[in-house]
Amino acid sequence: MIAATRTFLVPFMRRPVAAAGLGILVLMIVTAILAPVLAPYDPSKIDPISRLLPPNAAHWFGTDQFGRDILSRVIYGARLALLIGVGVVSFALITGVPAGVLSALFPRFGRVMMRLIDVLMSFPALLLALGLIVILGRGVSNAILAIGVVYLTTTSRITYGLTLRLRTETYVEAANSMGAGAFWTIRKHVLPNLVSPLLVQASFVFAFAQLSAASLDFLGLGAPPEIPSWGNMLAEGRIFITRAPWLLFFPGFAIAITAFSLNLVGDALRDRLDPRFRDMLRK
Amino acid sequence: MGSYALHRTGAAIATLAAASVIIFFFIHLIPGDPIHVLLGDTATPDQVDALRAKLGLDQPIILQYFRWLANVARGDFGTSIFFQMPVLKVIGDGAETSILLATITMIWITIIGVPVGVIAAMRHGSWLDQGLSGVAMLFASIPTFWVGLYLILIFAAWLGWLPSSGYPSIFEQGGLANLRYLLLPSLALAAPNAALILRLTRASMLDVAREDYIRTARAKGIRPMRVILRHILRNALLAVVSAFGFTFAALISEAVVTETVFALPGIGQLVVQSILRRDYPVIQGIILVTVVLYLAVNLLVDLSYRLLDPRVELQ
Repeated sequence: MIAATRTFLVPFMRRPVAAAGLGILVLMIVTAILAPVLAPYDPSKIDPISRLLPPNAAHWFGTDQFGRDILSRVIYGARLALLIGVGVVSFALITGVPAGVLSALFPRFGRVMMRLIDVLMSFPALLLALGLIVILGRGVSNAILAIGVVYLTTTSRITYGLTLRLRTETYVEAANSMGAGAFWTIRKHVLPNLVSPLLVQASFVFAFAQLSAASLDFLGLGAPPEIPSWGNMLAEGRIFITRAPWLLFFPGFAIAITAFSLNLVGDALRDRLDPRFRDMLRK
Repeated sequence: MGSYALHRTGAAIATLAAASVIIFFFIHLIPGDPIHVLLGDTATPDQVDALRAKLGLDQPIILQYFRWLANVARGDFGTSIFFQMPVLKVIGDGAETSILLATITMIWITIIGVPVGVIAAMRHGSWLDQGLSGVAMLFASIPTFWVGLYLILIFAAWLGWLPSSGYPSIFEQGGLANLRYLLLPSLALAAPNAALILRLTRASMLDVAREDYIRTARAKGIRPMRVILRHILRNALLAVVSAFGFTFAALISEAVVTETVFALPGIGQLVVQSILRRDYPVIQGIILVTVVLYLAVNLLVDLSYRLLDPRVELQ
């Protein structure tokens, strides 16, 4: 366990920028968990007297059109961002990894499955998500599902490619020739080797999920308006851009810095990968 | 080349056929009776009967699918609930804005992404390279609509140089000068995609620079600049050409949000408004049109790639 942790941390110790990315990510997780302690105000508390205040000593990030404290809303917004990220990544991995591994090991199943993935990939990402939202309706879990389906396609494709390569490794062939079953091979040889590349994929998916969810929220088709998500804050603050430019700065910055950190972390992890896997994960 | 083109076209048509099944069932997956989904709540009994007969909704679903397909092939995508006009006409009205926006954005992506990527690769490992790569990564992480909103604030509201929203057709009043309405939207839309092309150009230049024939070229005494432009860049651009396929898909996705920010009368804004208006036939039509376009672009990219690099084989 300690050795594994050290291997994970090595790429960050040598790259200060990537270390900063990891640091921001940890900060975001801590913020999300400790939101009630950290937020100076109730994020939904309306205060008509202090509407659209610029950043000041009492409200560091200013207030919005209802007098709600923007800092508190940005802090609570980290919760939804984390939920969306974890939700989308889990969905993409839980569905995409078995689909990819089984397709590579059972060619007949694989032909059908990968054709199906091809078809899903012929829909531009946001349109696929929007189409699913139309069927499922608006909401946080539906947004996770809709974005999750988009990234299930890329995740299963990558897993498929990686597993095909692993199958030709000498030790896998040796195991097979000694009579190892498909599932033994998956558990002993395939899955352990997929962990690192999938960690890279997970950080990129987490980053893109932030941007996709923000787009859905911004269009009014994501999280319900009463939830203080960063995307909702941008959607609501939009018409006040000339009167209160700070209204849009902080939530947008939070989205950008989260996605940026995850991309940095993903990049650093990818550079440590086995070169044979690296080119499959290039964005 | 002939058999390759044939195979790829066949595969694209097969994918389109499968996608059309999903798009057809889309209407049936929406909660409610399909006929009311297609006609809206205000439909008269006459309209209901007419559409029921046209689509044959009392017949087996397979037959309904082929009827729908036959109608689509004839250019009949149904009727918009909101506009009470043929869906294809409604989509066509938004086409000018979206096509021009995509074209101008592609120009930005190419003239920014490729040269800056080349410069970063030439100065590989330097502070300039790390700075440019970092900025590119940052732009790839910023939501396009956020960039768009601040472009509006700075260039439209504060400086007053450019219009903040809308787009009057160049074929009506104003002529080509109307393209200035698309300047800010295209820049916002280009930002993340130019960043990706920049990163790709840089990475692909570095890959090619490691090839044996580059060492040979240098050993022959060819001037460094010529090696970079004639030998490395020309080969590196292959990877960039293949990236234009998924860049196009990204553009479609991000145009939906960008057109909404800038209130552009394009297909992207139309799809969002149609979702809010529950105008399902229009949503279905737009999804169908974009899938066809996207598959066509990918096919063209694959074929031109093969033309540029004859080594490419069918998998």
